[in-house]
Amino acid sequence: MEEGRVLPQSVQQSAAAYAVIREQFGSAVSDFDANETMPFFEVLEAAKWPDIALFMRDHPKLKFNYMACLSGVDYQAEEQLGIVCNLESLGEFPHRIAVKVKCPRDGGSIPTAAYVWHTANWHEREAYDMFGMQFTGHPDLRRILCPEDWEGFPLRKDYRVQESYHGIKVPY
Amino acid sequence: MQELGMAEQGSIRVSRKDDNVVVIEKDLATEEMLLSMGPQHPSTHGVLKLECMTDGEVVTSAEPYLGYLHRCFEKHCEVVDYPGIVPYTDRMDYLTGMNNEWAYCIAVEKLLDIEIPRRVEFIRVMVSELNRIASHLVAIGTYGIDLGAFTPFLFCFRDREHILNLLEWASGARMLYNYVWIGGVAFDIPADFNKRVKEFVDYFRPKVVELYKLLTENEIFVKRTKGIGIMPADVAINYAWSGPMLRGSGVKWDLRRNDPYSVYPELDFNVPVPDGKFSDVGDCLSRHLVRALEMEESLNIIEQCISKMPGSEGFNPRSAVPKRVRPKAGEVYARAENPRGELGFYIQSDGKTTKPLRCKARSSCFVNLSAMKDLSKGQLIPDLVAIIGSIDIVLGEVDR
Amino acid sequence: MGLLDAGISKHNVVITSVDNVLNWARLSSLWPMGFGLACCAIEMMATNASNYDLERFGIFPRSSPRQSDLMIVAGTVTMKMAERVVRLYEQMPEPRYVLSMGSCSNCGGPYWEHGYHVLKGVDRVIPVDVYVPGCPPRPESLIGGLMKVQELIRMEQIGISRADALRKLAEKSVDPQPVIEAGRQAARA
Repeated sequence: MEEGRVLPQSVQQSAAAYAVIREQFGSAVSDFDANETMPFFEVLEAAKWPDIALFMRDHPKLKFNYMACLSGVDYQAEEQLGIVCNLESLGEFPHRIAVKVKCPRDGGSIPTAAYVWHTANWHEREAYDMFGMQFTGHPDLRRILCPEDWEGFPLRKDYRVQESYHGIKVPY
Repeated sequence: MQELGMAEQGSIRVSRKDDNVVVIEKDLATEEMLLSMGPQHPSTHGVLKLECMTDGEVVTSAEPYLGYLHRCFEKHCEVVDYPGIVPYTDRMDYLTGMNNEWAYCIAVEKLLDIEIPRRVEFIRVMVSELNRIASHLVAIGTYGIDLGAFTPFLFCFRDREHILNLLEWASGARMLYNYVWIGGVAFDIPADFNKRVKEFVDYFRPKVVELYKLLTENEIFVKRTKGIGIMPADVAINYAWSGPMLRGSGVKWDLRRNDPYSVYPELDFNVPVPDGKFSDVGDCLSRHLVRALEMEESLNIIEQCISKMPGSEGFNPRSAVPKRVRPKAGEVYARAENPRGELGFYIQSDGKTTKPLRCKARSSCFVNLSAMKDLSKGQLIPDLVAIIGSIDIVLGEVDR
Repeated sequence: MGLLDAGISKHNVVITSVDNVLNWARLSSLWPMGFGLACCAIEMMATNASNYDLERFGIFPRSSPRQSDLMIVAGTVTMKMAERVVRLYEQMPEPRYVLSMGSCSNCGGPYWEHGYHVLKGVDRVIPVDVYVPGCPPRPESLIGGLMKVQELIRMEQIGISRADALRKLAEKSVDPQPVIEAGRQAARA
């Protein structure tokens, strides 16, 4: 963040919301990245994610009641997988923020947010289906888009298509 | 499902009537049945499987099984460059091609930070609102046919053909357009386009009233949709519902007003939210009502576009289209108000290549459908059909 | 229909072969199981609706495979759906025909290269009679494809098999390349 540059109003609102979260959780969350297109912060201690999620949803100054999107991401260079949640406060406050949570590639797991926002249920199932990270505490973690017996996690950068599925040739 | 012995089976009452007739009354035990609706089914709007556990005619749970149309959109986004993704976004929600392309272009244009010419913005609004009317016509027509009304289907498709003719005149294709490009539109609209659109608007206004009288105020339709599938507002927000679904539950939230993009701040239109007089707030009839009323608002928007659009002298629709799309490193989540809800794109760019690192499509129908299991508890099977029709899913967007 | 044009001249009597009558009956009332999967399904619905009215050809869409004799595979077939397509095909009573509508069911369509979950053409699991190209095909193209199915049926005889009928149809078809070249030469001249 360059000194002396005035941030747009939307980023300032997100920064104010972040300040409330930082005050509560201290070093469990990273510093705020105040870029203009998607201001975000990262949850450094993944185990605290459900508490942070509940805090963000119910705190009277935050009221992030609407989870717009939860995307899985593959950070190939860092050997990590992660999720990016876009949260918004519908009808209460005008602020929006994004949250990132990361986990190791092999056998990594992130606690679920499905009990905080019901919509996260299916989003996390899709992230599991495409990337393979586990969501601890998820009520029903199974593949949602690919068939149950599909091999591999398709959206990983090193994914190779299987040759055949139930006797049908898969590649062109 | 319990294995009941004779002694436990409900209650047995024995009584002796006159003339030494013995009457034994037993309550019938019922079992749950697994009924699989789909994936090939005329009323599921595409390839959706609903596994229903039913106790007689009453559904105890209906769980949607997806993935029958999973076409790997997000994988294609990583191997095709930014402008090449536009035709794939068309094919996600294939009834609203223009809106999908526009949502995607908004996201990429935020990353590129380019300014769009004013006439391009008005063209985009006009074709998107035309597409919104076409999409709602299909939604209403197929909803009628699910509930057994065949005529509205034919009326809706007849009027939709006029819109498809207009969009084919502008873009070259009837359904999957590849018209809204990053930074502009592919072609300028033809010379008489505005005049023809005005003729269509004048033709269509009485047709909306006709459709209202035919379907929406029809007593059978009202009886089948009123009070069915009620979703309270706070649960709807927790399930991240958007678009007509959320407005049907009484929440006045429209991205064209609450998070405006393009030239919508200059246009004057209402956001219809049902108040519970004609329908119960949050039921299937409310959601249908929102779509029916939105068509009229779209007509108003189109008329304003025609009058406010700058002229075409010296206009090049591709003037702001970059030769090579290579955004700087960063991420964006941007969304647009599609006829079915909020279509959002989360795009992650590494600043070095012309292909996105990650492009996730947050599809409105996927999120709207996730509440199906809770909505369907305790409903009858025909009501299930009414609920799915009111959610208005398009499987291309659900499965991407 | 050629049969009716033959001229019911005197006494309401027409003399023709059993093949002609059977084929005429079958092609005039093709009942498709519109297997609408994706975008092509909407164009198929539009073809059924008032503007392009398929019902004037006797084509009346049925939802059940057991009551249909034509399966229009309209849209992308995915791996998850492929087994269901086979099962539905097997449920159709003979004589049955398959029309593959659109690029995706012809060959995988725009998803041919990187679509891991897309079946690259429905002819990998069921035999297809007519392919209609397009993405999506216009209603007129679909009607043209259906007329091709009707031509196929017209060729059938009780005595010969489907494969021979297809061979006869191939003999009559014209290679488009010389026709296109001739047109271009004429335009340049």
